[in-house]
Amino acid sequence: MNETTINYYVNEKGYFGDFGGAYIPEMLYPNVEELRQNYLDIIYDPSFQEEFRQLLKDYVGRETPLFYAKRLSERYGTNIYLKREDLNHTGAHKVNNTIGQILLAERLGKTRIIAETGAGQHGVATATVCALRGLECVVYMGEVDIKRQAPNVARMKMLGATVRAATCGSKTLKDATNEAMRDWINNPVDTHYIIGSVVGPHPYPDMVARFQSVISAEIREQLKEKIGRELPDYVLACVGGGSNAMGAFYHFLNDESVKLIAVEAGGHGVNSGMSAATTTLGNEGVLHGSRSILMQTEDGQVIEPHSISAGLDYPGIGPQHAHLFKSGRGEYVNITDDEAMQAGMLLSKLEGIIPAIESAHALAYLEKMKFKGSEQVVVCLSGRGDKDLQTYMDYFKL
Amino acid sequence: MNNRLTELFKHKQNNLLSIYFTAGYPELTDTLKIAKALENAGADFLEIGFPYSDPVADGPTIQQSSEVALKNGMSLKVLFEQLKDLRKEINLPIILMGYVNPVLQYGVEKFCTDVAAAGVDGVIVPDLPMYEYEEMYQYYFMRNNLCNIFLITPQSSDERIRKIDALSEGFIYALSSSATTGKNLAVSSDQTNIYFNRLKNLQLKNPLMIGFGISDRESFTKACGTANGAIIGSAFVKSLNEGFDEIRVQEFVKAIL
Ligand SMILES: Cc1ncc(COP(=O)(O)O)c(C=O)c1O
Repeated sequence: MNETTINYYVNEKGYFGDFGGAYIPEMLYPNVEELRQNYLDIIYDPSFQEEFRQLLKDYVGRETPLFYAKRLSERYGTNIYLKREDLNHTGAHKVNNTIGQILLAERLGKTRIIAETGAGQHGVATATVCALRGLECVVYMGEVDIKRQAPNVARMKMLGATVRAATCGSKTLKDATNEAMRDWINNPVDTHYIIGSVVGPHPYPDMVARFQSVISAEIREQLKEKIGRELPDYVLACVGGGSNAMGAFYHFLNDESVKLIAVEAGGHGVNSGMSAATTTLGNEGVLHGSRSILMQTEDGQVIEPHSISAGLDYPGIGPQHAHLFKSGRGEYVNITDDEAMQAGMLLSKLEGIIPAIESAHALAYLEKMKFKGSEQVVVCLSGRGDKDLQTYMDYFKL
Repeated sequence: MNNRLTELFKHKQNNLLSIYFTAGYPELTDTLKIAKALENAGADFLEIGFPYSDPVADGPTIQQSSEVALKNGMSLKVLFEQLKDLRKEINLPIILMGYVNPVLQYGVEKFCTDVAAAGVDGVIVPDLPMYEYEEMYQYYFMRNNLCNIFLITPQSSDERIRKIDALSEGFIYALSSSATTGKNLAVSSDQTNIYFNRLKNLQLKNPLMIGFGISDRESFTKACGTANGAIIGSAFVKSLNEGFDEIRVQEFVKAIL
């Protein structure tokens, strides 16, 4: 196979290889179609770009540093850089996307915003931009997650959002996503749905990837400045739906020398029945509007995943990831709950940075890699660990 | 063989009543019993839902019946097993309705073959897009003489409705407003009147059935005033919550017609 002929980006039909598309009921078609027809024109309009960049700079605090982690590098015998998405306003990469989508929603004339959230990070990032722009905001969250993530529920309320419980199914992220889609069906005119990852019907996976691609655009510039070359040897990122990973990979997809490593949540282990390692446990199908890879029964019923990190507790991955996986462009691996928790502790001790447990999955994979010593390795530190303090406390009996 | 659904619309154009229920609910083996009872009670055709874990177009009632049916052990495999003797007992046109993922896992070709072999006349897969249907699946539907039913809403453009009409067999499933199942919708507000006039002016080749939010005689009669008939789902499923009972099914249908 001639690798250079593979297109890793979206095609004109809304597909990434075999994956993507818009598998949605007719009720969602007008909204999704409106978005499809307009998103590129809006995003690449100079006034949009200017406003987007300005907000990312002055409000979010971009660019985020690319930090050479000296003690971590010594430990693994190579050169490790951390892309500090944890330093963004609201504490994770999620806000890159919500800033982009709120500006887009305004230009589409929408007055009401809905979102789904698992851990609450995307919910907080959405409530934040709605407060900033004065738009009504409703966030759907699984009943189970509302109990697990009380501080983020309180944050969303302070930011003026209404948090509605998803009480059906497993009462977690996938059900919150279903509820948000139902809301959109019932409010077809004034509402924009801010999806929180590179999932959903086309154009969402491509649109969210473009908003998050600021991560890899900055990495290239920063590496050039630091080491005189734009291309690292490895980029590592964790994958829930896959938005921080896609952002970190985006501008490297056609540079085949850059090895892209996507770390999924292994939970208690891939054979334990308590896992979210989608590419290992799943197969092709349709979830939340796109054809991708998902964990499902033989009958096509979606299987409930497990991960200690709520942000990775999702039974699918975005369609672009499914394409990178199937084409071999990306390496998809998994890390257990225990391995991630240890990696979170290690980074705290070695570098004075308490990572989100999601991000700790990416860090944990360093332990399994073999280095010669001269590699340049970038790890996307997607979020900070403040929201996970209770989990760290319970786990380490702090 | 002729398709029972297209035959039905040739002979009857007004006040058609179709009833939806979820296969395997309330008990796994109720599927055919409910179908038979609805035939006896005077429904014109039936929609049998095959359950899915993540039914995004459905409101709480059908979400709940789907969840219970899955817990009862319902699956496409089990459903086709149950439908083996369908045509020994039931003459009404029958449509299967469900989401695309179980169909993909079953295999679209095998699904269409097994649907036809069971004597089922049509399929509604609300999250199967037109483009993918045309490109990949229409062939199997046509070969098995199956109607594929599409949905439209007041937000669907004229151009899109025309395209759906061209691609449809049997009837078009018209929602009186964009909604999930089980909402009580105003069938005769100004907005819906504008919408139904628009549909009339389009002079579609397919009959129209109005669905989602039809729950009683009043809403049924109003819907029949603008379309060929109407479909009742959540209200009927709700009436099964206490268990299947032939008499109650009779009474439910009698209260509508
Ligand atoms: C810090 C952090 N990292 C990663 C994720 C996973 O999402 P994604 O795979 O879309 O980056 C989340 C989701 O909540 C998160 O909060």
